[in-house]
Amino acid sequence: MTANVSIRSVTQRYGTALALNNVSLDIAAGEFVVLLGPSGCGKTTLLNLIGGFAEPAAGQILIGGRDMVGVGPAQRPTTTVFQDYALFPHMTLADNVGFGLRMRGVSRPERRARAEQMLALVGLPGRADRRPHELSGGQRQRVALARALAVEPDVLLLDEPLGALDLKLRRAMQDELKAIQTQVGTTFVHVTHDQEEAMAVADRIVVMNAGQIADLGTPREVYLRPKTLFSAAFMGEVNQIAVQNGQTALGPLLPGTGTLLIRPECIGLTGPLPLGPCTVTDAAFFGTHIRAHVTPLAADLRLTVHLPQSTAIAPGQTLTLFATDHHMLSAP
Amino acid sequence: MRVLSWLYLALAYAFVFLPIAVLVAFSFQDGRLPVPPFKGFSLQWYDKVLGDSALMTALWHSALVAFVSSALALVMGFLAAHALARVRLPGSVLMRGVLIAPMTVSYLIIALGLLTTFNQAGVSLSLWTAGIGHVVINLPLCFAICYAAMGDQQKNAERAARDLGASEARVLWLISAPMLAPALGAAFFLSVTFSWDEFIITFLLTRFDVTLPVEIWSMLRSGLSPATNAVGSLVFLVSITAVLLMEILLFLRPR
Repeated sequence: MTANVSIRSVTQRYGTALALNNVSLDIAAGEFVVLLGPSGCGKTTLLNLIGGFAEPAAGQILIGGRDMVGVGPAQRPTTTVFQDYALFPHMTLADNVGFGLRMRGVSRPERRARAEQMLALVGLPGRADRRPHELSGGQRQRVALARALAVEPDVLLLDEPLGALDLKLRRAMQDELKAIQTQVGTTFVHVTHDQEEAMAVADRIVVMNAGQIADLGTPREVYLRPKTLFSAAFMGEVNQIAVQNGQTALGPLLPGTGTLLIRPECIGLTGPLPLGPCTVTDAAFFGTHIRAHVTPLAADLRLTVHLPQSTAIAPGQTLTLFATDHHMLSAP
Repeated sequence: MRVLSWLYLALAYAFVFLPIAVLVAFSFQDGRLPVPPFKGFSLQWYDKVLGDSALMTALWHSALVAFVSSALALVMGFLAAHALARVRLPGSVLMRGVLIAPMTVSYLIIALGLLTTFNQAGVSLSLWTAGIGHVVINLPLCFAICYAAMGDQQKNAERAARDLGASEARVLWLISAPMLAPALGAAFFLSVTFSWDEFIITFLLTRFDVTLPVEIWSMLRSGLSPATNAVGSLVFLVSITAVLLMEILLFLRPR
């Protein structure tokens, strides 16, 4: 089961603070959308509004074309995976996963069968009679996912679901989450502040800042062709070079006025856009790449570059560098 | 210094428990008076007490009042605590204060107030009125214990249950109450203990049907007897059982 979500001019206030400022967003049925942003950007507020845990001060939320005003969380075709799992500690895993079905009047044997099926889907087969305290953090999160999916919601909301897991486990769970979403076909709306996690799972990323949408698009678009400086910086490290009527500190590079954005890994020893000779100020081996800071001879600028592991490089050396990819953000 | 501190400990415990120990010891007195010298071991007074229908009726009344009033106080205290812990209401601090306030008022004052109220309202005194008095004294206790036990874990689990389609009543019954079971049990047994031992409210708010403490009081008016000790020991046994149950529930629950 799946449905589209339409958010129309939604505004939300907490006291005098504006948590969401006139946000509009359309999410297609079956899409995996990630709401990404720093804490306080309004991403969790938006998720809570979709889930029915709060009502917007202004604007409309439609799920499957149906206006959700005045519809509580229990009646919405949404379920949520919470950051702290929120499992029921006094129930077995089967009862946890079957809880939503119990609320819908499904018989006990049917619930049991469905719970076992869902636990198998999330990689916990044969654990139906265990209790939550016997599980590790990662396993609890899987149970929470199984519980939320068991009622076949149209839209699954995930509130920083991997936030409490360690990095390695988080990366492994991302892949599984994506695989499960593809398998069940439910619309997933996932909140995180981890841009790598966002890129790993999302069909589309919505970058949020200060209660507004700063950018939205596929991971590739948001990373390589950001629409705002905020989005460019939030998605990862980026070199920013001011361009004024085609002039930059490095000389004439591109026409127009605005900011030239170049990712560190998009700078190399060959490429279409010459940056000129640069002096290496420092360099360090980072495993997957060599990270260095360089200063162009032409300007008082400091660029961060990621070069291939095999590059022979030492501080004080002069290299002629090129941008393999760049993005010009025109000044408004 | 070591010896002194142990001595102090022994004295403190003796101060607390010696009267009870003496009471229990002399309930086994083989003689007519519960005073030294100890004339020998006998169960005759227990036999007499257990065969006394007035005492046994009073014992049954005590149990009835204790369990029914504690159950009522627990349900009301739990619901109040749940509401005040979950919902932000205007004046919730004041409401909390007013709910706990009866704890600070002496039982005598509460009993007099209720007596006046019942007289004015034309309610005749019975075990029911005594039970209402016990709800008044135990409700703040149940409320405070339940309120203190409610944490974020319950709150989040309740939110998840609502999200999965549970109505408020089912959230309370299937999630909140089971998760708070140790605290609910502790509050209940503590209330039972207080109600079971309570004298002054029951004394003032009952007429013909009385509870055990009131019955013991009337026994005492006809002089000392090991029978009083025996019934006192029984009362103590029940209290200590309830307190132990409460402690087990509150402190020894498996994690």
